[in-house]
Amino acid sequence: MATARATPVRPASAGARRGPLAVLRDRPAAAKLLLLALVAVVAVPLVHGRWGGGMWPAALTADLSGPLGDVTDWIVSNRDSHPLFLYFFGHISNAVVLSVRGVYLVLLALGWAGVTVLAAAVAWRAAGIRTALTAAASFLACGLLGMWVPTMQTLALMVVAVLASVVLGLLLGLAAGLSDRVFRVLRPVLDTMQVLPAFAYLLPVVLVFGIGVPGAVLATVVYAAPPMARLTALGLRGADAGVMEAVASLGATGRQRVLSARLPLARKELLLGLNQTIMMALSMAVIASVIGAGGLGDRVYQALSSVDVGAALAAGIPIVLLAVVLDRTTEAAGRRIGAEPTGPALLRGWRGWALAAAAVAAAGRAADGRVWPDEMTVAIAGPVNTAKDWMVDHLYTGVPVVGGTADLAAHFTGGVLNPLRGGLTGLPWWSVLLIVAALAWTIGTWRTAATAVLAMAAIGVLGVWEPSMDTLSQVLAAVAVTLVIGFGVAIGAARSERLERLLRPVLDVFQTMPQFVYLIPVVALFGVGRAPAAAAAVIYALPAVIRITTQGLRGVDPAAMECARSLGATPGQQLRQVQIPLARPSLLLAVNQAVVLVLAVVIIGGLVGSGALGYEVVLGLAQGDLATGLVAGAAIVCLGLMLDRVTQPTTRRQRQES
Amino acid sequence: MNRSRTRLLVALASAGTLLATAGCGAADMTRQASPFAAPAGVRTVTLSVQSWVGAQANVAVAEHLLKEKLGYRVDLVQTDEVPAWDALSQGRVDAILEDWGHPDQEKLYIDEKETIVRGGDLGVTGHIGWYVPKYWADEHPDVTDWKNLDRYAKELRTAESGGKGQLLDGSPSYVTNDVALVKNLDLDYKVVFAGSEAAQITQIQQFAKEKKPFLSYWYQPQWLFNEVPMVEVKLPEYTEECAAKDPADIDCAYPTTPLQKFLNADFAERGGDAAAFLKKFHWSEKDQNEVSEMIASQKLTPREAAKRWTERHPDVWKKWLPEG
Repeated sequence: MATARATPVRPASAGARRGPLAVLRDRPAAAKLLLLALVAVVAVPLVHGRWGGGMWPAALTADLSGPLGDVTDWIVSNRDSHPLFLYFFGHISNAVVLSVRGVYLVLLALGWAGVTVLAAAVAWRAAGIRTALTAAASFLACGLLGMWVPTMQTLALMVVAVLASVVLGLLLGLAAGLSDRVFRVLRPVLDTMQVLPAFAYLLPVVLVFGIGVPGAVLATVVYAAPPMARLTALGLRGADAGVMEAVASLGATGRQRVLSARLPLARKELLLGLNQTIMMALSMAVIASVIGAGGLGDRVYQALSSVDVGAALAAGIPIVLLAVVLDRTTEAAGRRIGAEPTGPALLRGWRGWALAAAAVAAAGRAADGRVWPDEMTVAIAGPVNTAKDWMVDHLYTGVPVVGGTADLAAHFTGGVLNPLRGGLTGLPWWSVLLIVAALAWTIGTWRTAATAVLAMAAIGVLGVWEPSMDTLSQVLAAVAVTLVIGFGVAIGAARSERLERLLRPVLDVFQTMPQFVYLIPVVALFGVGRAPAAAAAVIYALPAVIRITTQGLRGVDPAAMECARSLGATPGQQLRQVQIPLARPSLLLAVNQAVVLVLAVVIIGGLVGSGALGYEVVLGLAQGDLATGLVAGAAIVCLGLMLDRVTQPTTRRQRQES
Repeated sequence: MNRSRTRLLVALASAGTLLATAGCGAADMTRQASPFAAPAGVRTVTLSVQSWVGAQANVAVAEHLLKEKLGYRVDLVQTDEVPAWDALSQGRVDAILEDWGHPDQEKLYIDEKETIVRGGDLGVTGHIGWYVPKYWADEHPDVTDWKNLDRYAKELRTAESGGKGQLLDGSPSYVTNDVALVKNLDLDYKVVFAGSEAAQITQIQQFAKEKKPFLSYWYQPQWLFNEVPMVEVKLPEYTEECAAKDPADIDCAYPTTPLQKFLNADFAERGGDAAAFLKKFHWSEKDQNEVSEMIASQKLTPREAAKRWTERHPDVWKKWLPEG
């Protein structure tokens, strides 16, 4: 075990007199494992005698399908009469519909030229001329692709969802930043919200709000608010003590201290939070198309159902462009805080805004049209489909040496997935719990171990042990592939600046392209089943792994590297003996991210035949079957929680998604 | 830090938000249109599109005619079948143009809650069944009877089906008894759900390209038959008694269903020309397949396909317009 080896052994100053206890104290991991083994020796025979091995015992499950079915029936029959819906959910739903509609109408009223000019002006003011040009070009590209109206719909939905997430996140973050107790209570909640695969909680939202925009916006807010809350709390807590004391000594009241010192000091974190929130909201806005949110996500989803990769790509590109523009603008705004104001002098202050407004209005007038004219579009669907067909024709079978993708998929399914699934379902249930406990405890604290074991046990209690083991086997296999490829590429990228520069835009695209777009090409290449789901997951998780690992390897102390080099270490030795050990925290973070991201896609893999939990969630959504869908969703959440804890280094990690 | 004051502020803020959202009057969730509907105050219709291409063809033609001939704006919402019923009852969508039979939903929404009304036949008859490719059935004519299927299980093995033959199923949202059928007919097969129709079609196309044998849940009318000819496998004959059994005990073929249209009750009453038009919408399998194939095989946009079809067949759609 890597952990055990890497734990520094104190030099033998204590000499040979050290007893076994002292040895254990020096090697906490070994001590933990020993303790666990003791517990196992006592408990396993008892447990085994009582309930037996193999799958999770039926005696320990709770069947929720009855009560959950009742809940469904109750909601459907009371939705248009019960006060809870009339006076609470109804108003929320109304407010969402009205505000999205408001934003949408404004965007349409600005016209395509107005929106483009406005976006460029904001980007210019916040991030400089280059970003402004990117923004303008991106919006024009959306129009050219014939996606103007869906883009505006997605944008309207995003504006409302991001505003709501930011307000909610700020409130939560403010509470957590100012009160230790709230912080302690909130942290695990936020952790859990971030590990949840978004797909899993669409179902309850649909049941209460029905399909359509209100449910989609609310699901997005739940998904996108945590980073804002987390970073706000972080920023507020990190306020310079000296400054705070100075402010207090000036006689500022509590509120003044928050408004005039703490919040401004936390500006950087707040903007980073905004950036993360926007990115997460955008990815959710696409997934929410499954519940009828409309916009670009819906176009991708509709293209999928007629197996039209070209059309899916035409709708996917605007999503990538929106992501790039929003990311660059907010990121640059965050970076420039405290620096000289940017943008032309004309755009500063009220004069600037008046000017921008006039320009927008003029552009709108001149272009004379609310939506992009149909004649000015470029159809890319045809060529893309031709390219895809060519690829599939030439790669599916009969590639020399490596074999076609179909053979590859069959080998992967037969040689990796099946044995892994067989092994996991064959393990006695209590041994799975023990393994989880051992992994989580050696890498983290007893708390993380307890969380992981409880999460695993919850899966058993829910009665979905077998499909969960199936999903787990898929996740493990896909993570292994991701790590092998990811580390390989990252080692190359850490060596060569040029490779890293070449990779960057590719990684950007793969990270922001909606996962739905990959699904059809992977089916065409790998057939239906678990292999294409794994392939899609690998594609999705690779960028984060490559980024984090490259950064980690690059960040290794140059002095240490220099030292190794002067001692005559070969590049391979430098890598193995200096870089990798020193970059261990980053590598662990990369593993953690790979696990979380792969899990998110393996679920969507239910749409291409991955079966197991993903299929049950899809089934639940499709049939409005709360019992199946929600239980499977809860199991996914538990699985995610367990995997996160098992791969989470002891120190708190910083999320590095973008 | 003045804690009690912060707490007070937070409490006030949350109470305020609650009041603001709770408002005063009741908010009827059953009367909420899509926020993207009718942006310029024009008359609008919202149609539900299901994921299979036949449904897209219906909707595309209806959309085209509603737009060009009747001056409506049409919004489309893509949903699965059961959630679509829910949305129809809530008024989020105005009509479903092709339904393959959902007795539970019909009972709940039409008979009990009266929020949905029947819109009549679509004119297309649907049939679900098990199909094998024609090239394979020509070589082994006896494969088209379920009694002989076990003999071919070995040929139909895939990585996903384990030691058994693979029966390829599609989206979980489609009407299917296949798991029960395999069990009750005691077949050496495993049902593998592709998870979506798109995945299923892609897989069938791949099989066909290599002339490999396969057995799949499939349905008529469907454009894919033009590209990959398939022959139906005979299952035990469909009877009313068999259909009335518990879903887990069903052991006979699927029925032949005249596909139905359904309208939101309120829309049917006040929908004017659009509602009248949708009620009259009635065409043949041949017509539907013509549009479907343009969308799915020739990769035309649904809008373009609908435009071409309407240019070619004015005699069919002229009858649907309110003035006759």
